[in-house]
Amino acid sequence: MPEFKKATLKSGLRIVAETDPRSYSMSLGYFVRAGARNERDPQSGLSHFLEHMMFKGTKRRSAEDVNRELDELGGQSNAYTSEEQTVYYATVLPKFQDRIVDLLTDMMSPVLDEGEFETERQVILEEIAKYEDQPPFGGFERAMEVFFSPRGLGRRVLGTPESIEAMTAARMRDYFLQRYRPENIVVAASGNVDFDSLVSEIEQRTGDWASRLPVSDVPDDDLNTLPEGIQLDTRLATPDASQAYAIMIGDGPSSASPDRYAARLLASVLGDEGGSRMFWDLIDTGRAEIATCWPQEFSDCGSWFTYLVCAPEDLQSNKKFIQDIVTKLLEDGVGEAELRQAINKTTAGYIMQSERPSNRLFSIGSRTLMHDEYMSLDATLDRIKAVDENAISRVAKEFLSAPAMEIIASAASDAEDTSAASN
Amino acid sequence: MTVLAQPMPWLRTAAFTLSLRAGVQDEPMDQSGLSSLVCEMVQRGAGHHNSRDLVAIQDNLGMDRNSGVATATVSFGGAMPRESIRDAILLYADIVRRPHLPSDQLDDALMMMLHELRAIEDEPAQRVMRRLREMHYGKRLGRGSQGTNESLSSLTMKQVQEFYQSHYNATESILTVAGDIRPDEIFAIAEEAFGDWKSGEPCPMPVPDGNPGYEHLQADSSQTHIGFSFPNIWYGHKDYFRMRAGIGILSDGMSSRLFDRVREKRGLCYTVSASCHSLRNAGGVFGYAGTTPQRAQETLDVTLGEIQNLADDLEQQELDRWKVRIESALIMEQESSASRASSLASDFIQIGRAMPTEELSAMIESLTLDDVRDYWKQHQPADYRIVTLGVEPLTVK
Repeated sequence: MPEFKKATLKSGLRIVAETDPRSYSMSLGYFVRAGARNERDPQSGLSHFLEHMMFKGTKRRSAEDVNRELDELGGQSNAYTSEEQTVYYATVLPKFQDRIVDLLTDMMSPVLDEGEFETERQVILEEIAKYEDQPPFGGFERAMEVFFSPRGLGRRVLGTPESIEAMTAARMRDYFLQRYRPENIVVAASGNVDFDSLVSEIEQRTGDWASRLPVSDVPDDDLNTLPEGIQLDTRLATPDASQAYAIMIGDGPSSASPDRYAARLLASVLGDEGGSRMFWDLIDTGRAEIATCWPQEFSDCGSWFTYLVCAPEDLQSNKKFIQDIVTKLLEDGVGEAELRQAINKTTAGYIMQSERPSNRLFSIGSRTLMHDEYMSLDATLDRIKAVDENAISRVAKEFLSAPAMEIIASAASDAEDTSAASN
Repeated sequence: MTVLAQPMPWLRTAAFTLSLRAGVQDEPMDQSGLSSLVCEMVQRGAGHHNSRDLVAIQDNLGMDRNSGVATATVSFGGAMPRESIRDAILLYADIVRRPHLPSDQLDDALMMMLHELRAIEDEPAQRVMRRLREMHYGKRLGRGSQGTNESLSSLTMKQVQEFYQSHYNATESILTVAGDIRPDEIFAIAEEAFGDWKSGEPCPMPVPDGNPGYEHLQADSSQTHIGFSFPNIWYGHKDYFRMRAGIGILSDGMSSRLFDRVREKRGLCYTVSASCHSLRNAGGVFGYAGTTPQRAQETLDVTLGEIQNLADDLEQQELDRWKVRIESALIMEQESSASRASSLASDFIQIGRAMPTEELSAMIESLTLDDVRDYWKQHQPADYRIVTLGVEPLTVK
């Protein structure tokens, strides 16, 4: 059985691991509380831009060295940035543990070179352009902006072309010193891990991190203005799109809420890609390409997304179908067999995911960073199995009764009245 | 039917892949999309179960399932908790052998396929790669599995039944199972499920008939999307890994040449990559880059330049890094029953047998830098197919 271990260094840096000597690999990750919600207007997109720059060299390694050594260790390594955190991770064979610990830890002290900063600015602008071309053409970002306001959780993770054009390396260095302090960081590991060695290596290599302090303050945002490059129209004009894309957003449970498991099962019953109520009414019948819903959990609040993709002329009738499905669930609740099916499917999914240590890493690291808590796989499975019909009804009433905010991306002007709200 | 079973007793799961010779290449030319339609229709009720029952059983078995058609085959598969494997295989025997093919659901299934086509229309990178594939392999082997607006509007229930009757059988079929299983039990289940299924002569492989050239798709997009390909040998060819190592050096990992020289050093794009693709009698290297219009020409020129000059300055370190990458991937494949079951099946489809991990590992280990260099010196990439999508075309030399 996997075993959980935890150490907290004097600096406040936390190290956690779920070790299993039978694993063929080990995964290591740095989880940092640095996400879009931590940024102010002049810093918009900085967490993500900084994530790219962390691969661009340290005092001991050039940018080329970093990429080359990551490849020499043969595993899979990457990074991502979200609203609440930035994560750097790698999965390697256990014999490479010391080398990957050295490399990832060294990367957490970047030089942030000016020349590299300028080149990478172009890559970020390309990344923004890439997503502009992909469905739903910025619709999810717009939904977050409108629902949460364009600051805090609604701030765009990639920033805007305007904010990235205006970014300076000096501002990035300050942001780094402000966010990458030991108390904001968790090191997580999973799989075939030598934990004692991990702790002593990290302790030895991170001694000076506590001295990180920002040089200057960033002024508070003026909440009476919109950040540059931001619009709040609920209608996105996409003249070339052949389909219509509708995103509905409302409240959902946070990742601390005991109701989060019931909400996940409710989403499975309503909107799972195979076998849910929306699947049978809208997908199996060929009425829509996508009709689904899911809770998106953040540390202190949450949202509930519904996503519909179909021909523009069918948008209204399909929205009605979804509304009727939700209304029926609010009135009649969920059936026993239907709930059992959702539980069986969900628990099997967790078991299969956990087979690779790399998948467990994210759950262990994020949970510790946000809630300082450990949830074993079996504890998670028990919580899912304990959800009953009453819990589903309660969660549905709490989150699906109120009208949701709606964002539409479509070419056809008759697809939607922008002021409409739906469940 | 060939049955391959690989025990992985350290896992809690089992997975299977079932592949039949009922892929895109077997569709009549004017019935594009038929193989995908049949793949969808067989899952709308089979044996004693209607389509809702089928999904309920699969969910209760905890199956993470998938299905789809490729050029030569249709495949069904899934991963699940180990105790579900017997019921799952028997259920799929119903699906492929005793489907209801309900004619009242044909329109729904066709609508689903039309949505998929529209989805591709809205994804520029997919549009580019779909057109590129057709240019590369020709109309028969290179066409997409989703059909076209015209072909989908003409497909009939009779065509579905005929395609099902002539192609859903044991001919050159393969069932692979990996995970916490016992091979003798799997063979007994397979015998019970498929033992009396008829088998015949496979249809011959069509000949590839693609042509080099350049096409531009006009669109008001933020980026110019660039797809390129050139013919190459396929998996199963004796020189395959000499060739594959070169593409690994070009595009596998963050220190690979395309990532380093096109993205990291020049900042030209966010996505740039190249990879190998194999059919049974043809292959190719396919690449993609997405970049804003003012930098698109430079991106294309630098990318193709890197490919053209690949063999000039190969370094031992580059090959070594690629070898560690492959070795690690092979070892980590032991952690997933689904990934092992699907590799076993694709090996069988491509080379007619399972490639043991040790054999593959030894072959990779024995490659020398001269092997790779000689291959690429003797086989300079040529006959490029190039497709771009964006506000204006590029200059192609």
